[in-house]
Amino acid sequence: MTGDALLSVRDLSVRFETPDGTVNAVNGIGLDVAPGECVGIVGESGSGKSQTFLALMGLIASNGTVTGSARFQGTELVGLPPRRLNQIRGAKMAMIFQDPMTSLTPHMRVCQQLSEVLVRHRGLSHDEARAKALAALDQVRIPDAKNRLDQYPHEFSGGMRQRVMIAIALLCEPALLIADEPTTALDVTVQAQILDLLGDLRRRMGMAIILITHDLGIVAGLCDRVNVMYAGAFCETAPVGPLFRAPQHPYTRGLLSSVPRPDQRGGALTAIAGQPPNLQMLPPGCPFAPRCAYRFDRCDTERPLLREAGAPAHLKSCHLGGFTESGAVLP
Amino acid sequence: MSEAPLLIVDDLKVHFPVPQPGLFSAPRPLKAVDGVSFTLASGETLGVVGESGCGKSTLGRAILRLIPTTAGRAIFAGEELTALSEAQMRPRRRDLQIIFQDPLASLDPRMTVGDIIAEPLQSFLPELDAAQRRAKVSAMMNRVGLSPQMISRYPHEFSGGQAQRIGIARAMILEPKLIVCDEPVSALDVSIRAQILNLLSDLQRDFGLSLLFISHDLAVVRHVSHRVLVLYLGKIMELAETETLNRRPRHPYTRALLSAAPIPDPSLERDKERLMIGDDLPSPLDPPSGCVFRTRCPKAAEKCAHEVPALAARGAEDGSVVACHFPD
Repeated sequence: MTGDALLSVRDLSVRFETPDGTVNAVNGIGLDVAPGECVGIVGESGSGKSQTFLALMGLIASNGTVTGSARFQGTELVGLPPRRLNQIRGAKMAMIFQDPMTSLTPHMRVCQQLSEVLVRHRGLSHDEARAKALAALDQVRIPDAKNRLDQYPHEFSGGMRQRVMIAIALLCEPALLIADEPTTALDVTVQAQILDLLGDLRRRMGMAIILITHDLGIVAGLCDRVNVMYAGAFCETAPVGPLFRAPQHPYTRGLLSSVPRPDQRGGALTAIAGQPPNLQMLPPGCPFAPRCAYRFDRCDTERPLLREAGAPAHLKSCHLGGFTESGAVLP
Repeated sequence: MSEAPLLIVDDLKVHFPVPQPGLFSAPRPLKAVDGVSFTLASGETLGVVGESGCGKSTLGRAILRLIPTTAGRAIFAGEELTALSEAQMRPRRRDLQIIFQDPLASLDPRMTVGDIIAEPLQSFLPELDAAQRRAKVSAMMNRVGLSPQMISRYPHEFSGGQAQRIGIARAMILEPKLIVCDEPVSALDVSIRAQILNLLSDLQRDFGLSLLFISHDLAVVRHVSHRVLVLYLGKIMELAETETLNRRPRHPYTRALLSAAPIPDPSLERDKERLMIGDDLPSPLDPPSGCVFRTRCPKAAEKCAHEVPALAARGAEDGSVVACHFPD
């Protein structure tokens, strides 16, 4: 896997020094992304899913430190000086964010924001950049792109702004797009179109996508492989089919059963009791143990490592034997 | 449900005047809610679903008279709320409560949890002494899953899910008859969301509450509601029993909403039939003529531009209504 991986992350950790102590936001993540693959990262707020990838992009806050390794097309990203990083981010690796309004500069015309990347990374002239910007807006299906090129971000709707963000990210045809909750701020009908667009662009450009989200439904529709994140670490990683058919970690099972399904109206949802752990004081054992219905002695003392869970490429960090498809517990 | 409904909303309109650029031009009305009628029975949950800007929050607030209505009536337990003066309205507020979307922003950061939950008691039951109030607050904290030991803490010490429990305790302390839940779980994580939804349905069962459950999330609305009202640009598109709406949505907008909601199951999600609609919501200042949905509707025809479709049964026999010239 390591040989042909586009992105290869090993034992990546992110810590923040705060006046209240050290926050262990990310604790030893390992991940491989192949060219053209779509990998989902699922987790709740504070699970470290955004910080992991902000760290790769060199965008974490100044009180944070990153350790471990992340190789992108053979280049080590951790510790790379900003000048070298700037040749990669935006050009070969791009990121889009949740809130399309605050990610665009409000006093710059859309055209300028699009052509900035091209002038900087590709050395195009202004006219060439403008023509390419127009093509980019067409590509993300913005109607009447020619006239909208000279508008300001506030003249665009939320969905259209996210399209502009995607257009900017795709200008240099990156090999990897990191999409951090790209549709969370959008209405469902608009969300469906943006996801459709991402899937379509991926097929046409052969681009790999890392999709960070809290919504299991989005992952089900778009991703090849899914990593479920809890307390700064992956607790389960699997191809999308097995993950939904036979989830092996109690947290994944809990997440799936907390989501209301159209075929199961009324009735109580099986909620996960309790709260996510404090990342300043992680327990010595399994970080999910205090909320886990299957907890036993070993869970409190020994942190479970990622290990094979029955099927190839299906890993989990849990001391339990596993679960069958019908939900029975294996010892 | 043969008894009289707890709440009757009749042709309710909320129009906001929007100033125009010209110095002498008259302000134009923004029709946030434009002729909405429905009933809500005792112990029933009515879901209100729609995209941002469809008027769902305005509708909830107008019923509670938190914002003035332009026309129409809201009748609660036989009494026309919209005709009452502010002073006459005040005692009625005991039965009408609201839970907001952002749990932390809706709690006063300088008050302790105990004071926040007790505030409605001080307003409406001033005869209670401090010990009685404290006992009631502790009992309610227990009921919503907060430890009464936390009574002297401040809102910032709580997580989002716990803060929403405080909001629910404040709304429940007077044992109201109706609670407007305005996106109560939208700001919460998936695992915490399920806890709060379960709590709301337990409270409804135990206290016989009626809920007006406002949300943009169709999956959540379908889970908690007996009936669902689909709102678009201030007008009702469809109102039906949840089962009926799931099985046989009749309005193209309802179908689009249903097909756009992602299903957490790869095979279902990838194989489902998708009904895509354009993503530009028309300006509510300048709504389309005829049917307001026609600019995004795949079935729009000549007739839709000229004639406003009335909200009617159109062949349904189970009490569901739809506002479309060509329902499915």
